[in-house]
Amino acid sequence: MAESQSNPRTHPIRVLIAKPGLDGHDRGAKVMARALRDAGFEVVYTGLFQTPEMIAAAALQEDVDVVGLSILSGAHMALFPRIIDALRERGVDDVLIVAGGTIPDDDVQPLLDLGVSAVFGPGTSLSEAVRFIRQHAPVRHDVP
Amino acid sequence: MMSLDVTPGLGARLLAGDLGALARAATLVENGDPVGRAVVEGIYGRTGGADVVGVTGPPGAGKSTLIDALIDELRQRGRRVAAILIDPSSPISGGAVLGDRIRMSRWDRDPDVFIRSMAARGHPGGLASTTAGLIHLFDAAGFDPIIVETVGVGQGEIEVAHLAATTLLLQVPGLGDGVQAIKAGILEIGDIVAVNKADLPGAEELVGDLSMMVTGNERPAGWSTPILLTNATTGEGVPAVVDTIEAHRRYLDTSETGRLRRESAARSEVFGLLRQELERESPLHLQNKASLWHELIDDVVERKRTPSAVVATLLGRDGATCR
Repeated sequence: MAESQSNPRTHPIRVLIAKPGLDGHDRGAKVMARALRDAGFEVVYTGLFQTPEMIAAAALQEDVDVVGLSILSGAHMALFPRIIDALRERGVDDVLIVAGGTIPDDDVQPLLDLGVSAVFGPGTSLSEAVRFIRQHAPVRHDVP
Repeated sequence: MMSLDVTPGLGARLLAGDLGALARAATLVENGDPVGRAVVEGIYGRTGGADVVGVTGPPGAGKSTLIDALIDELRQRGRRVAAILIDPSSPISGGAVLGDRIRMSRWDRDPDVFIRSMAARGHPGGLASTTAGLIHLFDAAGFDPIIVETVGVGQGEIEVAHLAATTLLLQVPGLGDGVQAIKAGILEIGDIVAVNKADLPGAEELVGDLSMMVTGNERPAGWSTPILLTNATTGEGVPAVVDTIEAHRRYLDTSETGRLRRESAARSEVFGLLRQELERESPLHLQNKASLWHELIDDVVERKRTPSAVVATLLGRDGATCR
């Protein structure tokens, strides 16, 4: 794998997959968790109905490299800024944030401006998402 | 080498209650990073006080749900609780889905509860090879007790009993007949047995079967394994489990068994690290002797040498061949 040569890693990438807010559908999140597992990542799955504070606390305790937010409720513009603030409040500022679910095209740029690195909408291939995360997950050589 | 300079900072922040530093130190220990090892070395003298409680049992017995209920009870008693939750890694990809947190997310906002998921990363025995190191970190950070949830176990994964002061074994009705209970292994390591899902048919009978079996087990003097009924979902029976864990701790503090347990934990950790080093170091030692390594393995395949003779060669015990 070319990208693993440019990104030398000696341990699995850790990813938190979280379902913020009130939508009760996590099939997409589970499919993604499974695909990431098969790509050799360690995936912490939080389950449904997570508040921004819960997601930030889990990201901190698990010291993940990547936070993946799966949302189908349409509340992303309300919730994502609060999640990003909650992460920063706890000093979790070196994680890659990606999002998936039903996010309209018009909302993608504002989310990227907020600090989300990629939005995987419906129709994104699993391998595309895996490749993006592998390429962009932070490599930590140093200790904070 | 550069990063080692920062280590005192990380250890000091961990001791001062910085949960981010604790989480990062855990990652470094888990990855076998020299910085992680240095952090553990720096804090080791301040550890050993926390109670380590292992929770083990078959998949689906309700381990995570019971731990959630235990945390609730322990928080009501004013304890700061850490939980290390271990799930298996895929033997194919090395990846893992760590899903035990799902049952405990109500604690995410409580600064006195710290939950960490861990992949076994190919380590057999129900734990990860670096679990002991994480226990030391949580201990130094002031968490007590530290609960360790093993992967869902079968009949032989008993490593947790070497690491934990108290091992809580979960059983559930409906998994097999009375003969399962007399097989050697998992049932012998429980200091406390909880029959979970007490509302299911057969729970009372299982308590009866298990009580009969554990009285026959060879256990240290002064402690007879209690068999408790729990319903982790409703919390029924959970205060009694915590009472019993505390009673077991008092028993260990005042008996010879406690000292033997601490010795066994230390031995097990040293052997674990030794094995890890051998696995990590041997190929490195052999890097400039790659042809010798292949030659030795070929010889084993072709029955020219025995596996144990190769080990002797690698350890330099045959006096000549390896040099």
